[in-house]
Amino acid sequence: MDATMRRGLEIAAVVAIACIFAYAAWVGLVWAPPDREMGDVQRIMYAHVPMVQMMLLAGTINFVASILYLFRASWKTDALAEASAELALVFGAIGTTLGSIWGRPTWGVYWAWDPRLTTVAILLVAYAGYMALRRFVDDPERRAVWAAVTAIIIAVDVPIIYFSVKWWKSLHQVQSNPRTVDPQMVHALRWNISAFFLVFIAFLVARYRIALAARMRETTVPEASPSARQVVVS
Amino acid sequence: MRRPGLLASTWVLFRKDLLLEWRSRARVNALVFFSLATLLLFSFALGPDTALLRRGAGGYLWLALLLSSVLALGESFRVERENSSLEGLRLVPVDTRAIFLAKGIANAVLLAALGVLLVPVLVALLDVRIVLPWARLLTIVGLGCLAIAAPGTLYGAIASHARARDVLLPLLLFPILIPALVAAAKGTALVFEGDPMGQLPSWIALLGGFDVVYWGLGVVLFPRVIEE
Repeated sequence: MDATMRRGLEIAAVVAIACIFAYAAWVGLVWAPPDREMGDVQRIMYAHVPMVQMMLLAGTINFVASILYLFRASWKTDALAEASAELALVFGAIGTTLGSIWGRPTWGVYWAWDPRLTTVAILLVAYAGYMALRRFVDDPERRAVWAAVTAIIIAVDVPIIYFSVKWWKSLHQVQSNPRTVDPQMVHALRWNISAFFLVFIAFLVARYRIALAARMRETTVPEASPSARQVVVS
Repeated sequence: MRRPGLLASTWVLFRKDLLLEWRSRARVNALVFFSLATLLLFSFALGPDTALLRRGAGGYLWLALLLSSVLALGESFRVERENSSLEGLRLVPVDTRAIFLAKGIANAVLLAALGVLLVPVLVALLDVRIVLPWARLLTIVGLGCLAIAAPGTLYGAIASHARARDVLLPLLLFPILIPALVAAAKGTALVFEGDPMGQLPSWIALLGGFDVVYWGLGVVLFPRVIEE
């Protein structure tokens, strides 16, 4: 496949994802009925639920890529770990903010010390630390190992945090299931989950390529440049 | 020469770490006064309401320990980095897991000593009463300090070689430690205020579980962290 054809396919994919996303937004904002109790505020769910789900997906990808890296070092898994951690941070932060905007009119507060909310908040801070670690270590190989170790430590902490906060205090909605929800709402939610999933994949691919290209540039320094000599000395 | 076993080398390295602390007592002293200052600051930030201060005492104890731990952990790897002694240790035919165990236990012992020292201060300063047996409090302090030390030692090794290490260590460590902080602070508060509902064993179990998970992870991951 030559470069122009590949570029054309990429543009076609982006346009298709944008169309699906726009349709899903229409289904959620216009077509689906408003909630009997919450009214239009409930429509936030069509973005909040998918975004938090994508955060969990990104976190899982990050965990798996980090374990793979420790077993068999490769810049590809390192780049994937970096890309997924950043997406977890972005989707998690927006998803939590949306939930908080929904919470104010519904629960009466922006924030509650509920196990799920608290776990996500702690996870976001932990991933912020993970991204900071990646910025603060210059040697790419050490950075990759340390980031993988940090990712595993964070992932292992998730169930412990959830459990501890649950004991500590417990307001979040129990998850609804399709049988208890209006079929139109289920339809709208499914469309939005699919749309956000496609956006997530597009972001992941783009961010992965940037990370991999950055790694390639870091590790293949021309012999003559002063930074190459520095690498040899240390 | 026969390669020394894991326990034997851990013991030797542990003694080395404690000896280092003992010979440079100025550092330990600074740590003690730092944690005392933190406790005082909490009281001033919240005002002179004794009842309110007493209720929060368990939390203040663990926040003071947590803040001090960042200094202690940072120091414990600074001395290793300064003369490249960690590199030296790696050249000795010693199990790298022993380095983690020794450093982790030494850090836990240091923090636990600090914790034991802070309790009488809490009693005097905040009018705290220790309702339950002393042994319970000592168990919580011990398990809690072990919980700080395991991920702390791992992250200390990482942060000591990174730029902006003083910012990085708490940024990595604090979110991870939240379950341990919750359990230790709750447990300590129960010791101070009584435990009519019998919740203390579950909090101690949570701390113990956290310890098992993170000491296990530390032993597995530490050799990868300090390899060249």
